Amino acid sequence: MGLLDSQFDNSNIVITSLDNLLNWARLSSLWQMQFGLACCAIEMMAASASNFDMMRFGVIPRATPRQCDVMIVSGTVTLKMASRIKRLYDQMSEPRYVISMGSCSNCGGPYWEHGYHVLKGVDRVIPVDVYVPGCPPRPEALIEGLMKLQEKVRNESLAKKKNA
Amino acid sequence: MLTDFGRILIYLLIGAVFTAGGLIGSWLLRPRRPYPDKLSTYECGEEPVGNTWVKFNIRFYVVALIFIVFDVEVVFLFPWALVFKGLGMFAFIEMAVFLTILVVGYAYVWVKGDLDWDKPAPKVSRYVKGVGVVSDETTEIEEHATA
Repeated sequence: MGLLDSQFDNSNIVITSLDNLLNWARLSSLWQMQFGLACCAIEMMAASASNFDMMRFGVIPRATPRQCDVMIVSGTVTLKMASRIKRLYDQMSEPRYVISMGSCSNCGGPYWEHGYHVLKGVDRVIPVDVYVPGCPPRPEALIEGLMKLQEKVRNESLAKKKNA
Repeated sequence: MLTDFGRILIYLLIGAVFTAGGLIGSWLLRPRRPYPDKLSTYECGEEPVGNTWVKFNIRFYVVALIFIVFDVEVVFLFPWALVFKGLGMFAFIEMAVFLTILVVGYAYVWVKGDLDWDKPAPKVSRYVKGVGVVSDETTEIEEHATA
């Protein structure tokens, strides 16, 4: 249920709970961490560009993890990069969310068996909220993943823990 | 009735309340779970090395000051150019004096050598027969030793 569903008729007054207000504020401005790992990042850039315009959902790329809410892991997570990703995730301010984009970061993708240098899924180092399948996923798929994340944020509550 | 400065006071009060309200509100609502990794310095995901108080070469300061001087000079030139026709010869001489002072300062800096940047000489390694690849410093020492 959206925030504006509890609006009075013909009036500018909205009654809501603090939970709803916070969730609405958070899901409407999910600032994204500005980094890409592999070819999925090209699709992520396309999703941010004018054809798909992910910015209309409030997703703005930020250059520092302190200002970010969502980390889109877009591409192959090599073992070398995994420690960096963990550190970047640690440096993000809470509440923070992770979208795993593409087969590589979901489960290792084409490198799942013989990729000696690839992490078999980014969820081995950081908690993932939404998995977007595809190799690479189209921008529409990423946007759907983002909307799934928004639904998740909408149902959060201050009373219970995020990953409970 | 409010005086003009009274309005400024109210403006300042509203600004203070607005800022403090935002800070206090977010302080009450935000999650607080600090730990060392989260508080570490952001260096693009790398392990931070040293602290953020690094030393810059003092020459950057001189160059920045000179830049500011001539930057502001151009800012003064624009309104002067707009009213130049109306003021005539007097404005021209005034601006010439102003520019001369700045150029003299610039020449002073130039002559004093503040614009000369210390460039470290590149260390070129070369092949010495019977010794192998050596950098120049080591060969000097060796030549000194043999001599």
